Amino acid sequence: MTEITSGTDGASIPDEDTNSASPSRRSLLGWGGAGLALGAAVTGGAVAVGRSGDETVPAASAGGAVAFHGRHQAGIATAVQDRLHFAAFDVKTDDREQFVQLLKDWTKAAARMTAGHEVGEGAYGGLAEAPPDDTGEALGLKPSRLTLTIGFGPSLFEKFGLKDRRPEALVDLPKFPGDNLDKSRGGGDICVQACADDPQVAVHAIRNLARIGFGKVAVRWSQLGFGKTSSTTPGAQTPRNLFGFKDGTRNVSGEDNSALAKHVWVGEKDGPEWMAGGSYLVARRIRMNVETWDRTPLGEQEDIFGRDKREGAPVGKAKEHDEPFLKAMKPEAHVRLAHPDSNDGATILRRGYSFTDGTDGLGRLDAGLFFLAYQKDVRTGFIPVQRSLARADVLNEYIQHVGSAVFAIPPGVRDKDDWWGRALFS
Amino acid sequence: MRPVRLSAATAIAAAAALTAVTGCTEKSDAKGGGNTVEVTATDDKCEVSKTKLSAGHVELAIENKGSKVTEVYLLFPDDRIVSERENIGPGTKQKLTAEVKSGSYQIACKPGMKGDGIRQKVTVSGGKAVKRDPRLDKAVADYRAYAQEQADATLPKVKLFTDAVRKGDIEAAKKTYANSRIGWERTEPVAESFGDIDPKVDLREDGLEEGQDLEKDWTGWHRLERSLWQDKKIGERDKELATQLDKDLKDWQNRVGKAVITPTSMANGAKELLDEVATGKVTGEEERYSHTDLVDFKANVEGAEKAYGLLKAVASENDPALTKELDKQFAALDKLLGKYRTGGGKDSYTFKSYEKLGKADVKELQNGVNALAEPLSKLAAAVVGKSK
Repeated sequence: MTEITSGTDGASIPDEDTNSASPSRRSLLGWGGAGLALGAAVTGGAVAVGRSGDETVPAASAGGAVAFHGRHQAGIATAVQDRLHFAAFDVKTDDREQFVQLLKDWTKAAARMTAGHEVGEGAYGGLAEAPPDDTGEALGLKPSRLTLTIGFGPSLFEKFGLKDRRPEALVDLPKFPGDNLDKSRGGGDICVQACADDPQVAVHAIRNLARIGFGKVAVRWSQLGFGKTSSTTPGAQTPRNLFGFKDGTRNVSGEDNSALAKHVWVGEKDGPEWMAGGSYLVARRIRMNVETWDRTPLGEQEDIFGRDKREGAPVGKAKEHDEPFLKAMKPEAHVRLAHPDSNDGATILRRGYSFTDGTDGLGRLDAGLFFLAYQKDVRTGFIPVQRSLARADVLNEYIQHVGSAVFAIPPGVRDKDDWWGRALFS
Repeated sequence: MRPVRLSAATAIAAAAALTAVTGCTEKSDAKGGGNTVEVTATDDKCEVSKTKLSAGHVELAIENKGSKVTEVYLLFPDDRIVSERENIGPGTKQKLTAEVKSGSYQIACKPGMKGDGIRQKVTVSGGKAVKRDPRLDKAVADYRAYAQEQADATLPKVKLFTDAVRKGDIEAAKKTYANSRIGWERTEPVAESFGDIDPKVDLREDGLEEGQDLEKDWTGWHRLERSLWQDKKIGERDKELATQLDKDLKDWQNRVGKAVITPTSMANGAKELLDEVATGKVTGEEERYSHTDLVDFKANVEGAEKAYGLLKAVASENDPALTKELDKQFAALDKLLGKYRTGGGKDSYTFKSYEKLGKADVKELQNGVNALAEPLSKLAAAVVGKSK
């Protein structure tokens, strides 16, 4: 039996604070390509170097691994990585015990992958008759600041007798004007957000979790993202979206603990106990009509956003981070409508990504923004902001919301005995 | 290189059969020592460090000192492959491991990966014979009998179909088409292991190579399927093809008993049947004109369940959780298939036309296949009893 499916044998699972007998992705780097090509048959000396010491030190000290354990899940306040693979799953089992086991198996695999290790017994050197535990495409790659963040959708609370445990703040989103939602791109019982600086590492993570989940969960939809469109790092330039604009300048900083406590993290008294330290996520696939946008005069583009294109400065100001004077903007300007001051202070932490899934069959770029927003309460976060945007935003002529999902993001995994969702299922 | 027309599944089946024979299950750094042969390959030589070995695990430490990409084979005296390593680039080293019984063998290097290669005879003697669970030998024998039964039962069913074609009776031909394929589909990994028969009888239109002629080079079931459902007529060529199909399947019937079958190839063959479903049936590509994909689907699942059933006693000792899961997933998939049955009992082969299935139905079937195929991929390991 493999570790993945049995899941109870914790002794052989290395994580960032234990020694490991199996090579990490990071430790393979030192051996170079030859080590990879020959697998376990690599020359003796190199094996000794690679396998005798504490494997996990290089991974951590390389600055490439983000700690998996903590009060909050990584991947929310973490400085936004370059790439995304986001997946929503439907639960396929009605066996609670089996589902809980999957969450434990996933947690174990997530802890290993975020530390730069392979899943289970790795990608090679195992039984010739069996497929390897790890799919292997991340071998030799750095941990790449991979974070894996799990969330539970409203539909999950219809299962396993969890009805009474659904948080009040996890509301079903209302229908916003202009929404053109595709069911096959929305919803889901569970989501996993994989962010990494290397797309292959993010894809590897989702692929391996999906594989571990076969028979218990099935991927409902997924989205790849690139070119982060917001920054959670103060001082950093806000990256541009596919319209060529900086949007989301006034984001919650991942280093501003008081702002995070106020707007993002669920407090002890905010809702069900099991959510303390968690957050709520809204995911929206926003299709951008880039071709028509590109035919829009510059002045109009700048008016639509309420910023200038070169610097990203709000209307009448010189620098991107200058405090915007909202009344100087057109009443329907995107920034003006989205600003907390226009929404009773509603503030969300955005970590969206651009996406393109090729072209749509009509030759139009199937592209846009995969919008991800974390907040303490969806009712006071995303909903009021989107209400005002959906009603009036002049940008709506160029965008359409085509996918939608909302998830409760449980608190972090405290230590190696803890697992994703323990507080909910215990 | 393998012929292009072999399906991926065939290549996998062949590889699985090899793995099964070699049965190398230990971590490779745990062996070697006295039973390692150093093989130095050049463009015109294939030097081996020793020619006498003891039975059990042997390791070929290969170094390509030539200028061409080479491949190295360990062969039985009759040229069947014990184990092989392809694509060994100039200046690189590779290892090849195998488990061998006493007897004589050949090591062949093929510079440029062409021809018969440069050969060296090696003798394996003594040692410990590989002890096999007699229950597994029985499982293989039973499965071989099953494959033969399926082939024997298929021929008359095919004849009903081909007779209808020869009579020019489109309706009768349509009615007997799907049924004529069931035995083949149930034992597809074995059937496909004869790489020359498979493309003759089961090739799809998109399996033709550039330059091959649709009329001249495309034979077998699916060619007739197209005539019946798309062209809606039976021509002289179709009648010839019907007779050809009888003949090719007769060849299959004659040879099926000689297929190399091992416990692990049975286990991996079961998984391959599900892979067949996942790549060809679930998409509706296999039976694109007749839309009888669910018949093939059911036959593939049944064939997989047969192989699994024969191996289950041994596998459940080594990995009870796995067999519990497999029982559950086989039942779940069977139940799911049952949703689309339009008549008859539990074992009936009357199914809804695949084009009538919605996107959500297809996704549900795909999920069911994944749920079964993933644990099924672990069956071979459970059969050899080397649980990790």
